[in-house]
Amino acid sequence: MNTLEKVRFVGKPIVFLLCLVPAALVVTDAFGLTGQLSANPIEDIQDRFGIWAIRFIMITLAVTPLRRLTGWNWLVRFRRMFGLFTFFYALLHFLTWLILDQGLLVSAILEDLTERPFITIGFAALLLLIAMAVTSTNGMRRRMGRSWDRLHYSAYAVGVLGVWHYWWQVKKDTSDAWIYAIILALLLGYRLWWKRRH
Amino acid sequence: MLIKKPADIRTSEITSQDNYLNRRAFIRAGSIAGASMLAGPAFSAMVPDKRRAKLAGVSSSDFSTDEAANSYEDITTYNNYYEFGTAKDDPYHNATDFESRPWSVTVDGHADKTGTFHFEDFIKPFDLEERIYRMRCVEAWSMVIPWVGISLADVVKHYQPTSQAKYVAFETLHDPVRMSGQRRRVLDWPYREGLTIAEATNPLAILAVGVYGETLPNQNGAPIRLVVPWKYGFKGIKGIVRISFVDKKPRTSWNMATPREYGFYANVNPEVDHPRWSQARERRIGAGLFTPKQATLMYNGYGEQVAHLYDGLDLHKNF
Repeated sequence: MNTLEKVRFVGKPIVFLLCLVPAALVVTDAFGLTGQLSANPIEDIQDRFGIWAIRFIMITLAVTPLRRLTGWNWLVRFRRMFGLFTFFYALLHFLTWLILDQGLLVSAILEDLTERPFITIGFAALLLLIAMAVTSTNGMRRRMGRSWDRLHYSAYAVGVLGVWHYWWQVKKDTSDAWIYAIILALLLGYRLWWKRRH
Repeated sequence: MLIKKPADIRTSEITSQDNYLNRRAFIRAGSIAGASMLAGPAFSAMVPDKRRAKLAGVSSSDFSTDEAANSYEDITTYNNYYEFGTAKDDPYHNATDFESRPWSVTVDGHADKTGTFHFEDFIKPFDLEERIYRMRCVEAWSMVIPWVGISLADVVKHYQPTSQAKYVAFETLHDPVRMSGQRRRVLDWPYREGLTIAEATNPLAILAVGVYGETLPNQNGAPIRLVVPWKYGFKGIKGIVRISFVDKKPRTSWNMATPREYGFYANVNPEVDHPRWSQARERRIGAGLFTPKQATLMYNGYGEQVAHLYDGLDLHKNF
């Protein structure tokens, strides 16, 4: 097998299953098989999906710097999958909020979306992720040409909005949010540095 | 002044302490058996098994709610007690080895009787009562907790505050060696809280020394904590070492940290939102995944007992 075949037939299936583990653990924890959800299971589920959405946008944005630093160009073959998993976890996070937390109560949902800025920016990030997810096929990329690239630069905005959304809802202890903000600054800072050098 | 008692509670409906204990033993036995079948020791380690000493001579109270109390597990594994870490399960994990005895409480300020007392001597003059109260957290979740405590009004009267005493200030132990969460300056330690004298002498206010008929677990504020059920949970200062009778409004920890989000009064109020989230509804812990949030009640449903304390006060400004 050449590198491309290894990525396609070995790497991708394994990575795909690994990316599903955080979601699977939420389900198995809910049934007490691997651990337990907290006394506030809805908050627990929502937080875990949310934090994995942030981790996956970080992983997605790490592909290009890692590829350049290591010369492992095959890494780019995983980028779309990571991006789609960002969308997957953000969507689960959103649905948990919509169905379990707000109980599909339209008035409360609209109030939160319009009056709670941290929810507004989280929702904005989700809309960008939806736009990128539906245009993520090879056919769409071909058809859209240059505008596809422009649209998919919003991955950077998703990173910023995601970390900001996380930061803003913390009651007091922002230490975890700091960690993600620093990682994001490194990932975006590397790109600026690269652009100036080349 | 005549303090009205709630009319909607029938004493016959209040579940006895024995029933609670039996039910919990049953649930515990069931979950341990279930856990060992399903997942072995990893699961049963999550079940709080450090049993506390049973408190004797506890009487019941007409102030107790007849709503179903949360499980011992809910009450002892989901806590805000930043002295032991900022995650909800941190206090359960990090307070396990905390030794809450010997313990002393200092009473000072504008009062005829002051001094430093052993915890046991401090509570000895007062009657232990079970008070089953709703607890509404500022984070929009709530529980029902069967506290055991002493009347704060009795404590205040006992120390004979002078006419200069307008407020009662409380302080938590400051000991970063024993309280690992205090090694980081998440809040300006020690934790501080305060009440007006009128609030402190309201019959609903208690100093809790137990839960479910047993001494207080460390993560709930052992050995002694404040419970003011018409206010958000953060007013319920834990691990109290100092009670001061003061003439000026005392500084309080969350108000010092973020004054525009947390006020001195912190009365439960569905009409005054937290700047970042709604306070109109609350999630009752233990209600299940598909149970909708419930409406938050003014003064957490204790308006009959406390609303008169705030007559003429603009609650939007004095939140």
